[in-house]
Amino acid sequence: MQSWIDSLIAAGDFGKNPPRDLVYALFIFGLSAVVFLGVAFPFAGIVSWVERRVWARIQSRVGPNRVGPNGSLQWLADGLKHVFKEDIIPDEADARLFKLAPYVVVLGFVLPWAVMPFSSALILADLNVGILYFTAITALTVVGVLMAGWASDNKWSLIGGIRSAAQIVSYEIPAGMSIFPVVLITGTLSMQGIIRAQAWEPYHWFLFSNPFCFVAAIVLYMSALAEGNRTPFDLPEAESELVAGFATEYSGMRYLLFFFAEWGNMFIAGALITTLYLGGWQAPRLSSSPVVMNVLELLSFNVKVLFLVFTSMWVRATLPRVRIDQMMSLCWKFFVPVAFINLIGTALWVAIWPGGNPVAGYVMFALGLAIAVLFIRRVMYYLKRSRMEMYLHPTI
Amino acid sequence: MSGTAEQTLRAEEMTLNMGPQHPSTHGVLRFVIRADGEVLREAVPDVGYLHRSIEKIAEKVGYHGFMPYTDRVDYVCAMFTNQGWGMACEKLAGIEVPRRGEYCRVIAAEFNRIASHLLTVGVLGMDIGAMTPFLHALREREMINDLIEELCGARLTFNYMRIGGVAWDLPPGWREKALAYLEHLDPILDEYNALISYNKICIQRLANVAPISREDAINYNLAGPNLRACGVKWDVRKDLPYSVYPDFEFDVPIGHGQWGTLGDSMDRYMMRIYEMKESAKILRQALTRMPDGPVLAKVVRNFRPLAGECQVRVESARGDQGWYVVSDGSGYPWRVHVRTGSFAAMGIIQKLSRGLMIADLVVLIASLDVIAPEIDR
Repeated sequence: MQSWIDSLIAAGDFGKNPPRDLVYALFIFGLSAVVFLGVAFPFAGIVSWVERRVWARIQSRVGPNRVGPNGSLQWLADGLKHVFKEDIIPDEADARLFKLAPYVVVLGFVLPWAVMPFSSALILADLNVGILYFTAITALTVVGVLMAGWASDNKWSLIGGIRSAAQIVSYEIPAGMSIFPVVLITGTLSMQGIIRAQAWEPYHWFLFSNPFCFVAAIVLYMSALAEGNRTPFDLPEAESELVAGFATEYSGMRYLLFFFAEWGNMFIAGALITTLYLGGWQAPRLSSSPVVMNVLELLSFNVKVLFLVFTSMWVRATLPRVRIDQMMSLCWKFFVPVAFINLIGTALWVAIWPGGNPVAGYVMFALGLAIAVLFIRRVMYYLKRSRMEMYLHPTI
Repeated sequence: MSGTAEQTLRAEEMTLNMGPQHPSTHGVLRFVIRADGEVLREAVPDVGYLHRSIEKIAEKVGYHGFMPYTDRVDYVCAMFTNQGWGMACEKLAGIEVPRRGEYCRVIAAEFNRIASHLLTVGVLGMDIGAMTPFLHALREREMINDLIEELCGARLTFNYMRIGGVAWDLPPGWREKALAYLEHLDPILDEYNALISYNKICIQRLANVAPISREDAINYNLAGPNLRACGVKWDVRKDLPYSVYPDFEFDVPIGHGQWGTLGDSMDRYMMRIYEMKESAKILRQALTRMPDGPVLAKVVRNFRPLAGECQVRVESARGDQGWYVVSDGSGYPWRVHVRTGSFAAMGIIQKLSRGLMIADLVVLIASLDVIAPEIDR
């Protein structure tokens, strides 16, 4: 990338002797604008549409189906509507913080895309501290939410902001502790390094590499739900208790930014789990052409992430919300000890079998498969039972 | 926090205003909350935002004319208010309702009870953050609305009953549809229980929250499912039988506190599920044993009961509903008073709210099943 820009400068595309730093900055801004507008926002928008459709199906409704084929452009219509709405700033609000808060939240959602490993080649920056950067940046969200809650000068918003701070900071610990087992195994913090240490076969994923990792992945998933303010941990915006939580006073585009960040964070959490435990972009080597391979890898990565996003929608449509004290005791009395046990267990495992134990991989994979089969059978059983003739004839 | 820290850190109570425009106050209720962070010191209910002087209207529109207004007393289960007003007027004037008319009343009312309880359990699900149970419950309620629409042309404010019976007989083929719906209801309730009632998070959220003791329930004048959830076996349909309820076999479920303490929110919630099953039992019997005959007694249009007063009680979905009517012998009632279950339930909220969390207050309001129009009338 840098050499390409250097060659452009040498060719005189930017005039004679341009300030080198400014040209670099131009490219960085241009690229981030492309990522922001071309990838992150449309993705968040489409996720919002998919979520509403999935919800509707689960709740035996139709869902948005008017704008575009099957309502797939609904998110554009919603976005436009919000852009044109009045941006109300309450008189008593701390206007500067109030205006700034949504951008901080969005920052926490856009910056992780820099280290998002879509395929072996498609990654903006393969930082050697990728995972660390990822967790650090996603935690920015809490600053924005707290700012929004405080600056709104509304007690409901304040409670929402404080809840969010308590929740995200607490769940950072089990989430962080569930990332370390993988780091212990691979000895690297780089996203690509972690993915390269796995293979496309499921029994080579870190999810099945040892029993502790299996539990750690589940803890990480639940902590990610909590950090993304998703049901059953959506306390900061609990609409039946706190009106709309920290977003109560927001309207128009700023309100939309919060929710874009929420939907985008689902993808980001899914990407983190996929990278760490589900083999990332690893795909079977079906072709020797790097372009075809990269497309395959992109597909492999996105299918896994979208599956995780779908499960989070499913969970959201099924479960009620926990109470704040229950959420905290779940974190500190259950997840944190379990996460520490996982960490120590993995450390021992790595000490005993430094190169990994392939037999354990097969056994764990078989176990995971058995759990999945049992779960699917149960779901099918309920599906079969609930499919009643009456639903087809709503007027009986 | 240790004692010294408490002295150095300045902490103050927060006064919060919950409602009248709050998503979970079920209409327009207002609570003035004093809270210490998430924990409530006290929640003081402030009623009256939906007061429409319905009792006063009765003094101006006459006996027949008041029937549509009774729908608005409790629009979630309007059949019971219809029935209460009808029964009060019949008692004043000594009118005998034809047997088929009574059966029609019971059928309509019990369907309405199921619809009302479905709304209650669904809204409670939504108040604890689960959207799906609400929509599933409303889907089932919608079918009852369809049935009732066929019966009387309205889906919410029915105006189905008249003084001396009901306005219309069951339409042809309605009985079969109603029985088919009851066949459909039982598995649906099981499915609903599997979805939300026995969900671990749901039980955690509801069990042990705001338990009401037997004595408190009686002292605070609770009624209906809220009272029975505290272990008091009192049902107007059984204990002071009216209409044709003595003809039917049904149980009066009471709370046992198997999920937590006796009379907690989970007991109150489950009471609604049990009562739906009992209502289905009554409906099956009523639909199969329906006698023939007229549905409306002959009542003069210029209805003038003799001077006197009467009190009738109806077991509404929200509990023992009392209608007190005083007549001075003219064509207009001299005074009407309605005693409703929701109003009684509002009284105990202040006592129960002490020490609850904000999320629990929402659960408490939903589990007491208070409906704003019924409180204020």
